Amino acid sequence: MVTEMDQNINIDDVDTKMEKKSLIHCTDVNVFYDDKQALFNVDLNINEKEVTSLIGPSGCGKSTFIRCLNRMNDVIETCSFNGSIIINGQDIYDPEIDVVELRAKIGMVFQKPNPFPKSVFDNVAYGPKLHGRFLNKSDMNNKVEDSLIKAGLWDEIKDRLNEPGTALSGGQQQRLCIARAIAVDPEIILMDEPCSALDPIATARIEELIDELKVNYTIVIVTHSMQQAARVSQRTAFFHLGNLIEVGDTGKIFRSPDNEQTEAYVTGRYG
Amino acid sequence: MPNYHGLYSLLWSQLVPLLLLLIFIVIDASVKELFIFERLPESIILIGQDEVNYSVNVIKDNIRNLDVLISLDILSIESANGLYNQYFLYRTLFLSIISLLSGALGFFAISRLNMRFDARRNVEKILRFIFFIFSTVAVLTTFGIVLSLIFETLRFFSQVGFTEFMFGTHWSPQTAIREDQVGSSGSFGAIPIFTGTLLITFIAMIVAAPLGLYSAIYLSQYAKPSVRNYFKPMLEILAGIPTVVYGFFAALSVGPFIRSSGETLGLTVSTESALAAGLVMGIMIIPYVSSLSDDVMSAVPESLRDGSLALGATKSETIKKVIFPAALPGIVGAMLLAISRAIGETMIVVMAAGLAANLTANPLSAVTTVTVQIVTLLVGDQEFDSPKTLAAFALGLVLFFITLILNVIAMITVRRYRERYD
Repeated sequence: MVTEMDQNINIDDVDTKMEKKSLIHCTDVNVFYDDKQALFNVDLNINEKEVTSLIGPSGCGKSTFIRCLNRMNDVIETCSFNGSIIINGQDIYDPEIDVVELRAKIGMVFQKPNPFPKSVFDNVAYGPKLHGRFLNKSDMNNKVEDSLIKAGLWDEIKDRLNEPGTALSGGQQQRLCIARAIAVDPEIILMDEPCSALDPIATARIEELIDELKVNYTIVIVTHSMQQAARVSQRTAFFHLGNLIEVGDTGKIFRSPDNEQTEAYVTGRYG
Repeated sequence: MPNYHGLYSLLWSQLVPLLLLLIFIVIDASVKELFIFERLPESIILIGQDEVNYSVNVIKDNIRNLDVLISLDILSIESANGLYNQYFLYRTLFLSIISLLSGALGFFAISRLNMRFDARRNVEKILRFIFFIFSTVAVLTTFGIVLSLIFETLRFFSQVGFTEFMFGTHWSPQTAIREDQVGSSGSFGAIPIFTGTLLITFIAMIVAAPLGLYSAIYLSQYAKPSVRNYFKPMLEILAGIPTVVYGFFAALSVGPFIRSSGETLGLTVSTESALAAGLVMGIMIIPYVSSLSDDVMSAVPESLRDGSLALGATKSETIKKVIFPAALPGIVGAMLLAISRAIGETMIVVMAAGLAANLTANPLSAVTTVTVQIVTLLVGDQEFDSPKTLAAFALGLVLFFITLILNVIAMITVRRYRERYD
């Protein structure tokens, strides 16, 4: 059994790795749907300003896990949580914490693009308006423009801001959802299989975008595509049957994982 | 496909004869009249149209019994015999043709059958025709009802002026039983009864719209499944209570309660008031609003709700800004459905709102509605060509147009919002 320190020595970019400080600390996370346990004692640290991908076969708990990070599982009646998730030194499952405020700091992008049935502008302005920011009209315009630029969508749709968001193409809709998330200035962006409903070209655009975004945001992405995990992420966590099997640098996970199950999965022999 | 071959022959042998039988039943009365007119003695025709109608009807009813026909003493024995024989012959002939045709078509169908005959596809064609006929019946019935309304209404307007009816403010549909009776000329200004309908509908919607909508929001967004499973059916029971029960609830409990509380406040309230009827009607139509609104709000995709919550919206913000707008077409539809239900409602108003055609916007006074007036116009022994009874058709037609317009508005609204929100 090799320790975490030993693993790091084998990796090419040791220096950049060392600089990263971890932002999210998950300890002993257990999640149940009614009596059925979906996650078992997951311990996982997620580093600041890089992309962490969660991979694993369907039903392995990776989506459940990502939804714990902004407490979206609270929405599901039957779901119960125990353990601790600490973000920026604050336990997000502390009963004192304001979930609404928490979610404003953590953006989320879903599997299927889900723009609101409103105009493109209103979609992006939705979050800032909710939180009472940018009451001045020109400030709001700037914020919307800025968010759309960051999401790489501005040039394509700057003349179509009044069209319904639902009229855009699938890939544009997904980038609109990213712009919408960025507009509330989150620290962390969670992406739950953001490309599973998109064609390869739109997928490539989103992946480029993720790469640009990691400069400013901490990104956690759930993906079914191992190539995607390899392309976009710096660290990869492999889940199986509700257990976190292995976590480490993406290069290492795909080239020389420690665990047999991980190896079987990433080489496509299994799962 | 032996079963298709069988079905094919069955359809051929039964369908056309069935249609002919239907035609036979429909034209039977006219044929009888034709035969009778030929033989009607001069003396009766001279007495007048009423006597002719009466005789024809009596003969028609007894045409199949020769003895009675003779004993009626309207026709001579000779012509009674002739009529009886002629009708009997016609009937026998027609029915035998039908039976023969049935057999012949059956044989025709069977003769077409062989191993390579595609009965399956032919049965499909025949069935398509049958379904077409059925849908045509539904459409034609609608046309029939509207046309009969229109014709009776035209008769009404030949006796009462159109402007008097549409814009008159006095409603008092009395017609004389005797020619010389006092107050024999009624007045047919429909404005008071339409305002009555509007007033009561308005009160009902003030009750039903918020109660229905808010309970729909609670049920679809906040309630736990266990609560929802009990609440929703219980709410829907409201729609299953017979309106007459609501009627005496309104007349015996709500009406007197409103009057006594009005008196406490120093207001004059009649026991039969628009408010009592409107309130109770509002309760009755709550499920029309809530049930449909609940369905459409539950149908708003989960992903939209999650998207809003993930941006840090609270539940009520999400409902107000995302779910409600997305469900609006359905909610508008639900409201309009409830309104047309309220406009067409009769029993509660008959019992609780009174019969007085007051032109007023005061919810504490007695008013009357279109439906109530139609009931009172037609109840009891009435002549069917006096303006009084014909007025019922005119009211019915206007009511029909109002609901039609409401439906059209509903459709347009729904379509416009669908463009915006899809």
